[in-house]
Amino acid sequence: MCIAIPGKIISILNENTATVDIGGIKRKVNLDLIGGADRSLIGKYALVHVGYAISLISDEESEEILKLLRDLMDPS
Amino acid sequence: MENIEQKLISRINEHAAPIRIMHVCGTHERTISKYAIRDIISKDVQLLSGPGCPVCVTPAEDIDFAISLAKSGKVIASFGDMMRVPGTRGSLFDARSDGYDIRMVYSIDDAVKIAKDNPTLDIVFFGIGFETTAPANAAALLREVPENFSMLTSHKLMPPAMEILTEDTIVDGFLAPGHVSTIIGTYPYNSVSERGFPIVVTGFEVLDVLLGIAMVQNQIESGRSCVENAYSRCVNVEGNLKAQEMMYLVFKKIDSKWRGIGMIEKSGLALKKEFEQFDAVNVYADIYEKAQHEKKVSDIDNNQNEMWEGCICAEILTARAQPAQCPLFGKRCSPKNPVGPCMVSLEGTCYNWYKYTHNKGI
Repeated sequence: MCIAIPGKIISILNENTATVDIGGIKRKVNLDLIGGADRSLIGKYALVHVGYAISLISDEESEEILKLLRDLMDPS
Repeated sequence: MENIEQKLISRINEHAAPIRIMHVCGTHERTISKYAIRDIISKDVQLLSGPGCPVCVTPAEDIDFAISLAKSGKVIASFGDMMRVPGTRGSLFDARSDGYDIRMVYSIDDAVKIAKDNPTLDIVFFGIGFETTAPANAAALLREVPENFSMLTSHKLMPPAMEILTEDTIVDGFLAPGHVSTIIGTYPYNSVSERGFPIVVTGFEVLDVLLGIAMVQNQIESGRSCVENAYSRCVNVEGNLKAQEMMYLVFKKIDSKWRGIGMIEKSGLALKKEFEQFDAVNVYADIYEKAQHEKKVSDIDNNQNEMWEGCICAEILTARAQPAQCPLFGKRCSPKNPVGPCMVSLEGTCYNWYKYTHNKGI
């Protein structure tokens, strides 16, 4: 139920809707929960759940994960 | 990445001591079952499945009410997961087979569109799900919604259930659900970690789950219990404030009944008074009262867990038992002929165990 899929925002349709590319499939997604549509969002990845973007995916993700892994593997 | 996963598995196994880590998310169970994570890590590190499947914990009476509405001529719009879960007298699918108008939707917006396109029909959207889903449903109600649209609200909140689990179940730490946390952030889990339970918020890839396990293990080893975040690409401390604001403009917290668990204080959401014209319980109060009365005389009224004879979904939802311990599992109860809600839902523990481990004779 809580499944959410990352999609790339590729165009803005109106003040609260964008087209998102999810693995080659294009879908209309509502952006109300992340503050509405804005052209600066184009190219960013959003997490999509029941037709709504519930968060943007951070670009620094891999850095964070690597830091956590380093802390675990090599705590010194 | 394969190398990192291998290193994490080695790390978990080298540090293995008898611990019980519970997840509370159906999607975590899917990753764990699908990739046989229980088989590749030490048996000392037990991964328990908690009540992380919203359709599994939806009370039978809510399903009964939805069916009563359908029988009185309303159109029910529901997420697909909910369709096969049995109430006291069958499921929404059963009611559809009987000729009632029950439609599967992907989003509340689809249900609103059905209402707009069919002004002579009364559409009732079955609003279920945890904090991940409730804000989307709130956002729809904050926009223009037609008069012939209403919502049957059965949303649940995860942190209060986790607090109850720390009292009722033997558990050493938790993997917190990544997508619920996208909305609520990490701080609401402090109330659980302060009770002495390590918590790691994590995502749904194999790497995420392994990292979460290793981090919980690390906290236990070092005698700490705090909330850590292994899903920072999507989750931060405060969560999605806009989504929280919209959710609490529309909903208020209420004491709520979880199937298999019972009433949990402040663990559910109901529509606020300002939205009562969209609240199916209010709009169709007569049908609601009748459904409540019928429940009192139904077959499973004496069973407080709302499960069928022999079905141990109530124990499975709280990790007091595993599917293989159920006498019905894989025999009378299978995904094709489910008896209890845990076998019905794609996120149910029994469904995932059946799908990914049953054929191995586990």
